Amino acid sequence: MSARAWVQWIAGPVLRARCEGAFALRESVSVGERSLLGEVVRIEGSEILVQVYEDTSGLRPGVEVRGSGLPLAITLGPGLLGGMFDGLLRPLGGVDVTHVRAGSQPVGAPALFEFRPRLAVGAQIVGGQVVAEARRGEAPAQRILSPPDCAGEILEIAAAGQHADDAIICRVRALDGREHGFAMRQGWPVRTPRPVRRRLPTNAPLVTGQRIIDSLFPVALGGKAAIPGGFGTGKTVLLEALARGCSADVIIYLGCGERGNEIAGVLEEFPTLIDPRNGRPMMERTVIIANTSNMPVAAREASIYSAVTVAEHFRDQGLHVALMADSTSRWAEALREVSGRFGELPGEGGYPAYLASRLADFYERAGLVETLGGETGSVTLIGAVSPPSGDFSEPVTNHTKRYVKAFWVLDVNRAHARFYPAIHPLNSYSENAQDFVAWWATQGNDAWWSLRRRFLSLLEEQARLQRMARIIGKDALPPRQQLTLLNADLLNEAILRQSAFSPVDRIAAPAKQAAMMRLVARWMDLALESLDAGVDLGAISTLPCLRSLARMGEEIGNEDMPKFDALLARMETEFAALGATGSSSAS
Amino acid sequence: MHPLLLVEHAAQKLDGPLLFLKRTLDVGLGDAVEIRGVDGRARLGRIAAIDQDTLTIEVLESTAGLDLEHSVVRFRGEPLSFQLGPGILGRIFNGVGQVIDGGPPIAAQGHYPIDGLPMNPVARALPRDFIETGISAIDVLNSLVRGQKLPIFSGGGLPHDRLASEIASHARLRGDSGGDFAIVFCGIGLPFDSAEHFRSALQASGALERTALFLNLASDSSTQRLLTPRYALTAAEYLAFVEGKHVLVILTDMTNYCEALREVSSSKGEIPARKGFPGYLYSDLASLYERAGCLRGQPGTLTQLSILTMPADDIGHPIPDLTGFITEGQIVLSRELNRRGLAPPIAVLPSLSRLAKDGTGGSYTHPDHPALASQLYASYARAVQTRVLASVVGEEGLAESDRRYLVFGEAFESQLVHQIGPRSLEQSMAVGWRLLASLPWHELTRLSDRQIAEHLGSAAP
Repeated sequence: MSARAWVQWIAGPVLRARCEGAFALRESVSVGERSLLGEVVRIEGSEILVQVYEDTSGLRPGVEVRGSGLPLAITLGPGLLGGMFDGLLRPLGGVDVTHVRAGSQPVGAPALFEFRPRLAVGAQIVGGQVVAEARRGEAPAQRILSPPDCAGEILEIAAAGQHADDAIICRVRALDGREHGFAMRQGWPVRTPRPVRRRLPTNAPLVTGQRIIDSLFPVALGGKAAIPGGFGTGKTVLLEALARGCSADVIIYLGCGERGNEIAGVLEEFPTLIDPRNGRPMMERTVIIANTSNMPVAAREASIYSAVTVAEHFRDQGLHVALMADSTSRWAEALREVSGRFGELPGEGGYPAYLASRLADFYERAGLVETLGGETGSVTLIGAVSPPSGDFSEPVTNHTKRYVKAFWVLDVNRAHARFYPAIHPLNSYSENAQDFVAWWATQGNDAWWSLRRRFLSLLEEQARLQRMARIIGKDALPPRQQLTLLNADLLNEAILRQSAFSPVDRIAAPAKQAAMMRLVARWMDLALESLDAGVDLGAISTLPCLRSLARMGEEIGNEDMPKFDALLARMETEFAALGATGSSSAS
Repeated sequence: MHPLLLVEHAAQKLDGPLLFLKRTLDVGLGDAVEIRGVDGRARLGRIAAIDQDTLTIEVLESTAGLDLEHSVVRFRGEPLSFQLGPGILGRIFNGVGQVIDGGPPIAAQGHYPIDGLPMNPVARALPRDFIETGISAIDVLNSLVRGQKLPIFSGGGLPHDRLASEIASHARLRGDSGGDFAIVFCGIGLPFDSAEHFRSALQASGALERTALFLNLASDSSTQRLLTPRYALTAAEYLAFVEGKHVLVILTDMTNYCEALREVSSSKGEIPARKGFPGYLYSDLASLYERAGCLRGQPGTLTQLSILTMPADDIGHPIPDLTGFITEGQIVLSRELNRRGLAPPIAVLPSLSRLAKDGTGGSYTHPDHPALASQLYASYARAVQTRVLASVVGEEGLAESDRRYLVFGEAFESQLVHQIGPRSLEQSMAVGWRLLASLPWHELTRLSDRQIAEHLGSAAP
């Protein structure tokens, strides 16, 4: 029988209990009559320290703690897509459940799926192999895998038809002769990464539909990125835009310690959005995990592991998964809060000394992999970071920076001017951008690398000239430098700014991005030629096509590509006319 | 229900608002207690911590006059709760929900735990209804919607009280006479005269009958200060989700609340995080702010307007910083604008309403409202940038086009931000379009050609 213990001491989300029988570290326990879920986080002689994932008010000393003999686990299965769960992947109930009560959240009720076996009795399988498919209603079919540790010969497999996801659908005789059965729904310990055959090098970007990201600071498919920004700089709006527009097969959206109304917004919007790739509702490729800021703090600590485990579950089916975590700072604060309650020695910023290694554990679960079943899948991690008072030298931002490859810094001044996404082009970076040159060539932009370099140096130059203009005045700059400033303004307005709420511009396809980059570059060439030919800068800056260029993202949709050619032709004509009047006045 | 339990001669230590008892029985964390001292007066308290042999009790009223020998502690066996029923509007309560206006007690219909329960995010409805506050800088640029939590970041000596009472008096739904509208005013550690100012302002506008006032004065105990917003929000939730009213909660001043939290935390001997505040300040603030919102299928809504004074006007201080991470935007007041005599002195650039996108444009206000707000922001940001430039090189060193932005910036502040008396949204938007008409139209890249032709017309230079 499992071990028992009795509560001695309670402080917020943690408790200390005197035990009878052996508890294991990280064992999941149930506390009191309401069976609150908890986890053993430390063992000291005959005492255990437990963190409780639910509200502990009303708990009293003397209450019984029951061990389960198993590590804290979550239940993975075909019922996850389209659902909404708390930090430990328990369904948040329907609309009729208006409040979150402690001890009231059971594991989701079994659901029926249309089951179709892919293998027959007698087949030899390895762990993580596709044995069947399951679908519910019109939603796309999902693959059912054997558990990673289950290999052998299939003794029995359920026939095609409706089966509950918790019913045993397959029996296997392992190599050692023992028999195992498994269901569509399978448990997995939340803190253990799921195994893969091998990791692959990344060579393609995750297409996000955001110009500043795809064109300037791309993140790899299977890569990791962080978005640090103070409050009000648009982290959440950007993450939501990425969730809507990115090219992954499955989106895991983790609201960790954030606002309830934002989750309500996602829930209201996503069912109405249509996935352009298959015409199905966006919700069918989305899993939402929500632990809002007023929900139990210890579950916030666990939610990030639940989310990444769910991501790996879909990756193992050979899918590309993007996990948006908003925000990893709240997770770190939960870690700090729980650690403080245990009286652990605080490190930098009050965070426990193991913050950096925990962050590393999390980000290392990203990657492009060959699954146990031999398919290619990936997990891309994108984490928001909320540095206190916008100070990027604080521990969470700093440690995150060590582990991510793409770093998108949100700038408060851009946000104040409502210039979104407020990603600062000089402070942000993407370490492996050069890996994607070949990919962009397949998208019809073989000049991508040189255009990108040209734009980045233009922005660098703009910052330098602005510093100078602040001292000597803008009018005192030579015309060529004034033109540089004009070009940089255009680059910012036309390409870097992109409204997340505009129906036309919220998602820019790679072809549109490439066309826009070429147009802006062409403008820069023509403007410089004209200036060198003696045309007045004022005449260039008031060309009607300049305004059209600045607004082209908003005016021209992904499917109107010929309009970019028309705009290019118009620009050439206007510049030609300038040249003509310029030379006629000269003569 | 647990039997009431009495404990005598168990007190071991009294430290400020905390009473430490020898643990002789098993009681629950957060349970309510009553402490009767040698003077015979009963004081409310709650269990703040439990360990092997000690119970820590937060006493919610003054501990002066208590001693270790004679204090009798009665355990209620359940968390603090608030007896509520119809007729709480127009009444005045102290910081722990007791009637202090001399009237009869509230006829209770139910009792509600003051900590509430977290709303299930799935059951929340997205806040959508635009609230017209009568303030242009809010209505046009940072629109408030029902169910939102929008704090005012202020500083000592700035007219935040006036702004809050103006919003409370004029706020209305468009095309609606006000509906079933109620105000819950919660004064936390307020000086008596500020409390009196609110009361008289609400009375003058006739809003007092639909207001429930909760007053924790600066002289009341700091443990009580931690509970005042919880009582007020419990009353607000009752009004919104039991009686179905649209409730506006004004919490002032949240800085006092956080100071009290720090004080109580340090007397409990907890490990401090930033600036001496406890590590759970974020979670604690969230447990208050997140009580705003709308529920699907329920007519009532709960909107929060909390005021906080930024210590030393520092927006990076933990109190405004953590608040800003929880609330849906912020309205920031500026000392400089106030000195220049502009009222309300709203600093537009750092202010933000995250839910404005859900409650403006389309059928909510005017289809071109979001574009107008975006363009005003872009142009004003450029004006402010130009101002910085002009302060170094002088106005003469600026290009003609830049000088135009300087003029625009001045006009923006003196005509749009500054106002005398409330404005309707239409009036506020008209001011905005008029201001934009003075700028070169080819630089208005956030507006479409149609919007320029329609609203700026031939006025374009």
